[in-house]
Amino acid sequence: MSRSLNFAIFRHNPRDPADVPRTQEYRLDETPGMTLFIALTRIREEQDPSLNFDFVCRAGVCGSCAMLINGRPGLACRTLTASLPPDISLFPLPGFELIGDLSVNTGKWMRAMSERLRAWLHFEAEPEVDALEARMEPELAEQVYELDRCTECGCCVAGCGTAQMRADFVGAVGMNKIARFRLDPRDVRSDADFYEVVGDDSGVFGCMSLLGCHDLCPKRLPLQTQIAYLRRSMARQGLW
Amino acid sequence: MFAEVDVVNLSALTPAAVPPRPSLWPARMDILQSATGLFLGLFMWLHMFFVASILLGHDAFWTVARFFEGYFFFGRSLPWLVSLFVAAIAAMLIVHAWLALRKFPAQWKQHAAFWRHMGRLRHGDTTLWLVQVLTGFAMFFLAPVHLYLMLAHPELIGPYESADRVWSGRMWPLYLILLFLVELHAGVGLYRLAVKWVAFGDPRRSLRILGRLKWAFTVFFLVLGLLSLAAYVKLGIEHADRVGEPYIPAWIKTAP
Repeated sequence: MSRSLNFAIFRHNPRDPADVPRTQEYRLDETPGMTLFIALTRIREEQDPSLNFDFVCRAGVCGSCAMLINGRPGLACRTLTASLPPDISLFPLPGFELIGDLSVNTGKWMRAMSERLRAWLHFEAEPEVDALEARMEPELAEQVYELDRCTECGCCVAGCGTAQMRADFVGAVGMNKIARFRLDPRDVRSDADFYEVVGDDSGVFGCMSLLGCHDLCPKRLPLQTQIAYLRRSMARQGLW
Repeated sequence: MFAEVDVVNLSALTPAAVPPRPSLWPARMDILQSATGLFLGLFMWLHMFFVASILLGHDAFWTVARFFEGYFFFGRSLPWLVSLFVAAIAAMLIVHAWLALRKFPAQWKQHAAFWRHMGRLRHGDTTLWLVQVLTGFAMFFLAPVHLYLMLAHPELIGPYESADRVWSGRMWPLYLILLFLVELHAGVGLYRLAVKWVAFGDPRRSLRILGRLKWAFTVFFLVLGLLSLAAYVKLGIEHADRVGEPYIPAWIKTAP
């Protein structure tokens, strides 16, 4: 027998000054293999076309559909309703600009973070696009790729106690990026250069090791390992 | 040509062209907070073993107490050695507390944000951080009471002396609270240090094992502490009519 699911969904349009934030209830019959993405799509199609939520890939690759699911950050497309109790509350990710209802502007936050951390490859010289690329050991390429799997979904920021208290904290997503460029032999930056962008309390030394990021990352990135490694490298900078 | 020379000189002299080196103090403060925490945490575990020697008998604790006064090295007790050590511990505690304050929520908005976050996340390590903040804050006020007593009267450490302080000196309520504060704070803190500094190869497995170890240590030291405190209370009640009498082992009394 299928369950009847009760959704309590956050509703607010920040562009309408008269609109008061509230939760709205929806009821839906559960179907086999139903994900939250499917449930939200059905609610929008059958009950309320005004409901805002983000999705692109529907397969846990793009990171667009991150939201608070019964209080915890997660991807709607990767969450089976069968794994949840019949009462399900959905809220937008905290810490990001609200676009409307469940949709938040993670892109704006991520761009600001990337610009602040200068999270791109810093080449020694302008790369020659016609020449063969320098070879990289497959093991190293895999390590870089492992960290590149981050989709910037924002779950680590929403799951981080420090980020919730201090808006300027770079979060695990930022530290993971630095770890990724530290690994890359094409990036000419030294630890002293990385220290300039993450060597303070809004960077790696602000991390209090609450592990929310590590435990809630939908891509299961080894964030504890990366942050510990980065902390040690950056702490070494302070020793002389 | 004249202009070219000027431009070169200017760019070499303009201070804005040379970005200042970022301060190294955030790194040093982070290391110092962890280092003082590591030392204090491990010391508190050792301290518990010293205190618990009362469970092995009066003479065992007397020996431990005199050992730290240098009795077995110099042939006589030098209690100021203990005072010196207490002063060092107090200094370390002050540094640790000052550095830890950086992490405390200071404004109402931060308090509210953390409580809200903790409530909805239902996440063990996040909740344990609040335990760290609360136990740490409580120790700002309770730890100095004990530290000052030890600083001012280092010679009053012994089976009867300590038992009198615990019972007749009415210190047992303070020690009972301190026991829980210290063991929770040290257990969680040492666990956090490992999470902070050790880059685990298989973090999910390591963190699971580490989490269990943390609770095992905390429970072990709490039980040991409660048993020891009970022993001092019992001894203190029995010795209440002879408060102030120091303990001298029988083998010293009868020695020529």
